[in-house]
Amino acid sequence: MADKVNITLSVNSKTRQSQVEARQLLVHYLRDTLGLTGTHVGCDTSQCGACTVFVDGQAVKSCTIFAVQCQGSEITTIEGIGDIGKLHPIQEGFWEKHGLQCGFCTPGMIIAAADLLDRNSNPSEQEIRHALEGNFCRCTGYHNIVKAVQYAAEKMQAAGD
Amino acid sequence: MYTSEFDYRRANTLAEAFELLAQDPEAKLLAGGHSLIPAMKLRLANPSMLVDISQLSELKGIGLEGEVITIGAMVTHRNIEFSSLLKSHLPILPEAASLIGDPAVRNKGTIGGALAHADPAADYPAVMIALDASFKLASPNGSRVLRAEDFFQGLFETALAEGEILSEIHIPLRAGYQMAYEKFAHPASRYAVVGVGVLMKTANGICQDIRVGLTGAADYARRLNKVEDALNGQSLSKTVTQTASQDAVDVDSLLSDNFAPSDYRQHLLTVICSRALNRAAQLS
Amino acid sequence: MATEKYFGQSLKRVEDPRFITGTGSYTDDISLPHMVHAAMLRSPYAHAKLSSINTSAALDMPGVLKILVGQDLLDAKIGSIPTGWLHPGIKLPPHYAITPDKARFVGDIVAAVIAETRQIAEDALQLIEVDYEPLDSVTLGSDALKDGAPQIHQEAEDNRCFTWHIGDKIEIDAMFAKAAHSVSVTLRNNRLVPNAIEPRASLAQYSKASDEFTLWTTSQNPHIHRLMLAAFIMGIPEHKLRVIAPDVGGGFGSKIYQYPEEVIVLHASRLLGRPVKWSARRTESFLSDSHGRDHETEAEMCVNAEGKVLAMRVKTIANMGAYLTTFAPAVPTYLYGCLLSGTYPFKGIYCEVHAPFTNTVPVDAYRGAGRPEATYLVERLMDMMAGKLGIDPAEFRRQNFIPADAFPYQTPVALVYDSGNYEPALDKAMEMIGYQALREKQAALRQEGRYLGIGIISFLEACGLAPSALVGSLGAQAGQWESALIRAMPTGKIEVFTGTHSHGQGHETSFAQVVADELQVPVADVVLIHGDTGRMPYGWGSYGSRSAAVGLNAIKLAADKINHKAKRIAAHLLEAAVEDIEHSQGNFHVKGFADKSKSFFDIALQAHLAHNYPTDLEPGLEASHFYDPSNFVYPFGTHIAVVELDGDTGQVKLIDYACVDDCGPIINPLIAEGQVHGGIAQGLGQALLEEAIYDDSGQLLNASFLEYTMPRADDTVMFKLGHTITPSPHNPLGIKGIGEAGTIASTAAIANAVVDALKPFGIDHLDMPYTPSKLWRAMQTAKQRGLGQAAD
Repeated sequence: MADKVNITLSVNSKTRQSQVEARQLLVHYLRDTLGLTGTHVGCDTSQCGACTVFVDGQAVKSCTIFAVQCQGSEITTIEGIGDIGKLHPIQEGFWEKHGLQCGFCTPGMIIAAADLLDRNSNPSEQEIRHALEGNFCRCTGYHNIVKAVQYAAEKMQAAGD
Repeated sequence: MYTSEFDYRRANTLAEAFELLAQDPEAKLLAGGHSLIPAMKLRLANPSMLVDISQLSELKGIGLEGEVITIGAMVTHRNIEFSSLLKSHLPILPEAASLIGDPAVRNKGTIGGALAHADPAADYPAVMIALDASFKLASPNGSRVLRAEDFFQGLFETALAEGEILSEIHIPLRAGYQMAYEKFAHPASRYAVVGVGVLMKTANGICQDIRVGLTGAADYARRLNKVEDALNGQSLSKTVTQTASQDAVDVDSLLSDNFAPSDYRQHLLTVICSRALNRAAQLS
Repeated sequence: MATEKYFGQSLKRVEDPRFITGTGSYTDDISLPHMVHAAMLRSPYAHAKLSSINTSAALDMPGVLKILVGQDLLDAKIGSIPTGWLHPGIKLPPHYAITPDKARFVGDIVAAVIAETRQIAEDALQLIEVDYEPLDSVTLGSDALKDGAPQIHQEAEDNRCFTWHIGDKIEIDAMFAKAAHSVSVTLRNNRLVPNAIEPRASLAQYSKASDEFTLWTTSQNPHIHRLMLAAFIMGIPEHKLRVIAPDVGGGFGSKIYQYPEEVIVLHASRLLGRPVKWSARRTESFLSDSHGRDHETEAEMCVNAEGKVLAMRVKTIANMGAYLTTFAPAVPTYLYGCLLSGTYPFKGIYCEVHAPFTNTVPVDAYRGAGRPEATYLVERLMDMMAGKLGIDPAEFRRQNFIPADAFPYQTPVALVYDSGNYEPALDKAMEMIGYQALREKQAALRQEGRYLGIGIISFLEACGLAPSALVGSLGAQAGQWESALIRAMPTGKIEVFTGTHSHGQGHETSFAQVVADELQVPVADVVLIHGDTGRMPYGWGSYGSRSAAVGLNAIKLAADKINHKAKRIAAHLLEAAVEDIEHSQGNFHVKGFADKSKSFFDIALQAHLAHNYPTDLEPGLEASHFYDPSNFVYPFGTHIAVVELDGDTGQVKLIDYACVDDCGPIINPLIAEGQVHGGIAQGLGQALLEEAIYDDSGQLLNASFLEYTMPRADDTVMFKLGHTITPSPHNPLGIKGIGEAGTIASTAAIANAVVDALKPFGIDHLDMPYTPSKLWRAMQTAKQRGLGQAAD
């Protein structure tokens, strides 16, 4: 049996030290080892985006990266994006605009939207749709998700002005 | 879905990567992981060791030296998509990068990983062939340089020898050239059903020089010499490019699947080829 | 206190805070102490005899606790999974959770591993040696019915599960003989994979101390799961099994059914005395969640000399898959054949349905369930007839609507439409999309060799399942009433329990709005509780757009009982006659004396203290109601899709979409519109992108998101939504369903748009999904016949 590996990383600004099997995917590390179940698994092939988290400031699909690869990295999951007392504007947008129904894709969708707004603070509708093509939603038809991102972009721009 | 067990080693230098690879004949290199990890989850690949080279700083730069742009193999698609150096000198490359997978895939996936994997439907190969890029293949005994059109040799097959690592991509600057990449994406995988990269130099509407690379349609990426021959020295018009696309595109071993049976793929090839040619030639 | 009504307001959802912060609790998020994990070994063959299964190497792996094969379940007296809807003469071959004799589709479970970790369980799967004897297989329904087709179940000769028909064939044939014009079509309604983004999951816990089981599972109807597991499959006394459907990540029908994995984890938890969890990998979802649609149909329609609809003749082969899941027999019959009249006054309809078993994943209800298939068929035929008569398709529909004064309207296919007013919805949708201008634009673009397609449909659906006696007479093995329990607490806060289940529909918000209005309390004082057989009264769950139409009316009637009792308490406290108590502005007061009043809180408190209380009244403030409606509800509307077809590549893109839905009074427009958006996208999926494809050997070729095309953000547009409001006359709130309407309508609207784009090519029908190669091939064939050149 392969040896376990020690890793140290930061998750939602907390330092974590763990012994993991090399084959443990980041998503299972977050969910099973750390109990951060906001990040979901929706497929095996890195299409659906339900598992999207930030690794060192960039959105990645946590089902397609091993936890050991994140040695020394900074991870942000949905639990670290904003709290109910202090929501991130994107979370607020999803709530205001009814950008979610069953909620399963929502955490990954919010991270993907945050990744977009990090590099493009004023995206067009088409840019939003293109940026979310790696995140599946079966409930909303994406209509209100686009509106949620537009809401957040406006709000974040106003805050930045 | 879990992979088989394996040992994980992170290489900090290329030399270390060679050493680790030598330790285990069943070892595989891990770059962005977007092809390898899903295959491992399906247990289609069961390497006993993964040598992670994704953090090798010596393979992570994009630079311009003289007339050649050098891209490290571990540069991510995202870094290519947003590179101002590439945008100003080789805009076709950021354009192609922006069409790969989705943003999260582009944040992690690397150009070297994609090229070495040699998926027949990957985007870069067509562009690399059109740009006449060369790849540096490093090994413990030194390195060799191979042109892109000689690198791709079959379905998921490349010229990489056992123990070699694709370490750098070299692309000559192309001042005065126009370029375009056109892609017809599979709606599910977003891989290219057909992708055509065109590099073209024109003067007074006449094609002075042209290179055309193709991906997606056949078992591996290739150069479309006959299209080039049909257009070199010709006065360009939409009719001319369309004729060239129709007459000169004959590809053996066309891929065929439910989404794009071979006859449709053949047709798509002519359409996408002429669109790429027209855009490069700025024919509206 | 609440003076403004919540009904009709777009309140933000109360369920959202947990979802946007990642603190929802889906089944796979739950971990219990000492929990172990199950993984399923699934047949790689479509049809194969199991000669032997050798589990010894797998059992030897450290961490492997148990391996179950089919015989183990038979030995434990675990029964077959039943179906919930029967037809006369239907064949009911057994459906065991683990197949003991042969595999009947790729994905059929042949063994289950229980291990300390999911990793070990998956490793062990690799070591189980199964000796399969492959048999010939059949995946297409019509092939399964042919002579000499491989027989899948010995209980079903010729693979025939059932045959069903409605209408008098001789009478209908006579109508066709006298008709002025007729059109016919042969079509395939493509098989779909539901693909809720949350894969199915189940977690079972057995308590030796109490001999009780708890099952957390991805269910739209936990009581149905409990009933089937207890009474039919596991032999567990029903009161010893608690089924909890926590947060559920979308269902669309696929989470109605009783699946094998729930049986396996329950049994394993009893054997091991430890909690056992299973969660599907996406490939397993493709290979085991009941699929949708899959019809092969031949149909004809005729009109008289004035272009008025006369009759329809339909023959459909509806693929059931390898086994019957919970509602399968109802879908291509009562939810399809009975819907074929649409919004038009057909004089006669004959429909016969042949339902074969095949070596494929079972087929059952998927969003819309039968009604999208019916609407697609009717609206394709309507378009074909309009084309034949040279009438604009919108105009042809208008000329043929059931008139607004004809309700209640008896259709020739059993249903009595309670209400309807179809023309205003048509007018409004046409105005919203700019129909006339679009037609002009279409003509101009065709001159340039560009292909715009405009698809217009009028739809009607029957939902809100519904009168128990009626569905019982048609074969349902369950009641279809719904329950409600409202409990006011001493502090005036209110718990509402419903037998329906919300897995994205926002009931926690919209149902609370109605209760808050009825009791005139702040909406924040009301909490909706659902999804737990241990907490809520018996109920039948959520499907068939029944939650509001049936479940919420039950809640409304329970609230009436609360108010009735509250008035008696108020009368006592205010020393007035109960007839003189008025309920307004959030208070119970004596008519004419606004200051002689008691708040809901005062009354709830007194109901619990019972210190100063009527002697002839029970203490407490709690009421339940079981509501069984007298009819279905009949939402309707007009949807219009605009597509552009790339004549070179065959690629088609949705570019505009407008719809007018009539679902009666709307409780929460934000939520109702969200339901329509999602429904439209699912119809778009069927029309343009999705199809489960089997090869000749019975392999599902596109069993992953890499090959099966799901609608993505860049496939949809900003949809234009409008409403007309025609209340249902027979339920207290007048409300109808909205959960499935989008899909029922949009599939046909987008299909008609694509076929309309192909008009210059002389094409009047093509099967979905409209993939580029299919459209290119159709155009090529037409061009060879000299059709479809620009400006010709």
